[in-house]
Amino acid sequence: MSPALFWFFSLMMIAFAILVVVKRNPVASALSLVVSFIGLAALFVSLDAYFIGTIQILVYAGAVMVLFLFIIMLLDLKAEEKRVVTAAPLIGGIVVGFTFLTLLIRVLAGNANGKLPMPALPGPVDDVKRVGELLFSQYNLPLQIIGTLLLVATVGVVVLSKRELK
Amino acid sequence: MPDFIQPWLFLLPIIIKVVVVFAVVMGLVAYASLAERKVSAFIQDRVGPNRVGLPLTLLGFKKDLAIGGLFQPLADGLKFLLKEDLTPGHVKPFYYWLAPALTVVPALLTIAAVPFGSTLFGYKMVVADINVGFLFVFAIASVGVYGIVMAGWSSNSKYSFLGGVRSSAQMISYELSMGLSLVPLLLVMGELNLGKIVEYQAWHGWTLLPFTDLRIQWSPHWEISGLNWREILLWIPMLISFVIFTTAVFAETNRAPFDLPESETELVGGYHTEYSSMKFACFFMGEYAAMITGCALITTLFLGGWHLPIPIIHDGAFSLQTRTGDHGTLWGILNILTFLGKVIFLVIFFMFVRWTLPRFRYDQLMRLGWVWFFEIALANIVLVAVLLAFFPK
Repeated sequence: MSPALFWFFSLMMIAFAILVVVKRNPVASALSLVVSFIGLAALFVSLDAYFIGTIQILVYAGAVMVLFLFIIMLLDLKAEEKRVVTAAPLIGGIVVGFTFLTLLIRVLAGNANGKLPMPALPGPVDDVKRVGELLFSQYNLPLQIIGTLLLVATVGVVVLSKRELK
Repeated sequence: MPDFIQPWLFLLPIIIKVVVVFAVVMGLVAYASLAERKVSAFIQDRVGPNRVGLPLTLLGFKKDLAIGGLFQPLADGLKFLLKEDLTPGHVKPFYYWLAPALTVVPALLTIAAVPFGSTLFGYKMVVADINVGFLFVFAIASVGVYGIVMAGWSSNSKYSFLGGVRSSAQMISYELSMGLSLVPLLLVMGELNLGKIVEYQAWHGWTLLPFTDLRIQWSPHWEISGLNWREILLWIPMLISFVIFTTAVFAETNRAPFDLPESETELVGGYHTEYSSMKFACFFMGEYAAMITGCALITTLFLGGWHLPIPIIHDGAFSLQTRTGDHGTLWGILNILTFLGKVIFLVIFFMFVRWTLPRFRYDQLMRLGWVWFFEIALANIVLVAVLLAFFPK
């Protein structure tokens, strides 16, 4: 991929991620997060990981964020817009953020593997098949456990929401 | 040819394909609106639009040439462009402007992964030949909800809002059964690339009509191939998938009998109540583009895409054979026309359904989606998995 595209999508991601925090309107924040996800998906696609990129859009942008947006709109949060930003949390947030960033940069810069050029992939990768085979052979037990967990969570949600009705 | 153009030459066929596909889809959208009015007129025993034709009186002739109202879409388009573009004072302007664009773009983007022909001059007739084309289509379609949600919310009016909420709830609900209904197909074909799904159907028979690769031989001995027990047994779940998927496409595109988001007796116009002129036209185009894309998907997944079985009697055998662009340019063009023909047939079918069936009630719609289709689609997957265990390839 051309580095120009990498920079474009990375900057887009970061800019909209910042907007998520800065925007006072919750709907605007949610939509900024969607754009940020799309930038992330584009980065995955640029790494030839079409499957992960598409799933990123399908699951996060298409399903999770639609539900978020849906709830935000139904609640019609007006209080958040009126809230004034005070100095203490702002400075605290910036300090924590920059500390984390410095740490990340130092760790990544200290890792020798980060400076190696990436070997070229041998042709198009059938990533869906690879992921599926790995999931159903090597990681079969974790997959089953996650499936059971999700089922329990779903049943729990149904039970809780039904109790609310009575 | 200058040297600096050379590395960019690979873009030329892609750009040509993009421009042609875009033009054809927009043309189809325009003429689908005319077809809809003509079909509704036919069903309600009216004449329908029949006036707009060549304005020959402008050139000094005595009469205009109406040609059955064939130029009506041009007049409609011009009217939409020239109408006053009104932005009501109570809307949230940025999102109000963004919403129509977000409705049209995903609807048009989905068609990129759909193969509309076999090959022509050695080029594959698909804009983006991606390995996960199937998932791509669903990913983009799921993003299509945003335009409607945003239109409903930013209009800041109760009719729009209720329309937007109904529409998004409906789309989210039916996306699930839509995706699940196609898992059996993927189990049988083992492919996510839409082009390869069509190729599979070209050589093994269409999903919906598995006998399109039939071969009957009577001399020197009797032999029938192309339809075996496996295909006949798998036919049942494929029919179930087809019914669920087609109904889900109706719901996804917000068309009757599932057009509750814009049920005019309750909600004026639904999520686009506050929109006028070209912005309203964008929603209109988005709906038709989504319908055409949906029909193209049904064609690709169930009706063999560009494939047309050619009956040939040769050497004491009758067989339905496949011809692609590799057999000659004319076959390639025929494949594209076949695809277009199937899509247009389905679009007309969609219109007949719209003007025949009454609208569902909202609770009926939700029950149909969650209680019936979702469960049937799940059971269908199990059925196909069991069948495939007994009849492996």
